[in-house]
This record gives sequence, structure tokens and C-alpha cells, in this order.
Amino acid sequence: MPLPIAEMVFTLTDHRGKTVRPVDWIGRPTLVFFGFTWCPDVCPTTLSDISGWLEDLGPDADRLNTVLISVDPERDSPDVLAEYLSNFDPRIIGLTGPLAEIERAAAGFRARFEKVAQGEHYTMDHTAGVFLFRADGRFGGIIDYHEDRRFALPKIRRVLE
Amino acid sequence: MRTLILATALALSAPAAFACETFTVGDLTVEHAWSRATIGAGRPGVFYVEITNAGDTDDALIGLATPAAGMPMLHETVVMDGVASMPHAMSIPVPAGQTVALAPGGYHGMLMDLSTALKEGDSFPVTLTFEKAGEVTVNVEVLSLRAEGPDCEHAAQ
Repeated sequence: MPLPIAEMVFTLTDHRGKTVRPVDWIGRPTLVFFGFTWCPDVCPTTLSDISGWLEDLGPDADRLNTVLISVDPERDSPDVLAEYLSNFDPRIIGLTGPLAEIERAAAGFRARFEKVAQGEHYTMDHTAGVFLFRADGRFGGIIDYHEDRRFALPKIRRVLE
Repeated sequence: MRTLILATALALSAPAAFACETFTVGDLTVEHAWSRATIGAGRPGVFYVEITNAGDTDDALIGLATPAAGMPMLHETVVMDGVASMPHAMSIPVPAGQTVALAPGGYHGMLMDLSTALKEGDSFPVTLTFEKAGEVTVNVEVLSLRAEGPDCEHAAQ
């Protein structure tokens, strides 16, 4: 199970260049997922799903921290994340930083990622679920990859309560 | 009459028109070919399509070719123990009497080495090679990066 947010320790940079630590999220419910902008299938699909959920939640979603943590800091600079995220709901924040900090973040979430060679390129295997936390930072569940919104939305509403 | 001609012209230029075309080769019907816009040409594009095998012999999709990308490949997104990976697929089975979808989160074409960025509203040809039915070339419509598929019910006429 992921640690409570209050026990996580890492420092990353968001897509606007601002420093972010997990303690900054306490006080608001939080939704976190891992991904990378190079991937053509899983990541746009997850971001598209999440954008749809945020739209369905309407103004309630303004109270959420919605965060993508890149597992590919080599290619995902804050600027690259900003350009990528401009295609999705503007409430989604992208984080990147040194590999060691991303590894610390993943460890806190009990998430995994791994670089996999693909010809002269590489891709990243990574935990695909969406982690939910309550406003006080307690873990509030996982939405599995591509889970139907009929099940996803009630899970998010529960951490919004 | 004039209104009808105008309406027809609009329907033909509607955004979802290309992805809703149907192509056939032997017993196979290929439709809903679409892709997502990319940021620049450095990242891979994606290719999704639906293939229906109306015959009584199993077939398989064994390759893709397109002028849009130097190295198109077949891939499958697999989620195991919560971790998503994207292994190369040597071939994608198209069993007799079934429809197989290359769709978000499952089988997909991965278009490596794009010759140019894919922009929403563009289209490009992809030639699919099947083990038994041979080759068929389809028009692929580029939808937004956020798209989850073409809306063919509205475009159908």
C-alpha cells in the first residue's frame, strides 16, 4: 500500500517550473499517476480518461490535486510536459526532476517503473493505476488502468468527501 | 435540392469522415482507422483500427507499412500486476467470424520515426498485410491527442 502523503519525501519540479513537495498537497484530496509523454497508447488514454473524470466532477474537481509524475526525466523536461499537458484538462499538473527523486517518489507510492530498450529507442514500463488520497493525505484507493468511469467517479467522490 | 447537395458536401468534409470509411480484402473488412495527433515528429504516433473476418478461415495481421513513418510496428499494451508494458507483437490474430480491434489500451500500431508531426484533421495511408488475405491500404484519420475513437454514428450517412 502507498504511504500516506505526509510520510512521503521527494522534491520535483512542475511543468510551470515550480518546486513541489508532497507536503504541499496536504489539505486537498490528491490524485496521482505515473507516465511519460513519449508513450503513444497508455498515457494519452489515461490522461484522456482523467480529463473526462475532471469534467464530469465539474467544480468539485477544482478541490483536487491532479498530478502526473513522469518516469522519463531524460525526455520529459518541464517544457515538454507543459506542451503535452496543454492538450488535456488544465487542472492536471506534470512533475519531473532528477531520476533519484522520481525513484523516491515511486517508492512512496509503491509504484514501479523500468526503462526498456526498443531498437535504438527505449520505452518505459510503469505502474498504470491512478492513486487516490484523502485531504489529510491518507491513501484512498486505486483506479485501475482504463477502469470504467462508472467505477472511477465514485472512488474519486469518496476522497472528495 | 441545393440544400441537399450542400449537406452532402458538408457530410463528406466532416471531421470523422475518413475514419468511418470501410475497406475490404477477401473476407476481411477494415474500418475505423484512426490515429492521435503528435507533438512534433520525435515521438511515435499510434494506429488504431477494427478488422472483421466474415470468412471461415482464421487470418492474422502480420505487418504495417506507411509513408508517414519509417518504422511502423505492431504492439500490445499489457498490464500485469498493475504495471503497463508494451511488448512488440509479431502478429495479431483475426479469427474466423470475429472482430479484432486495435484500440486504446490493447493492440495498437506504433508509428516510429514519423516523417512529420501528425496534426488533427490530417489523414495518411497505412497498408495492412494479412497472412492469408494479403494487403489492403486504408486512410487513417488523425484525431486529437485526447481522442478515444472516431464518432462514426454522427458521421454515418
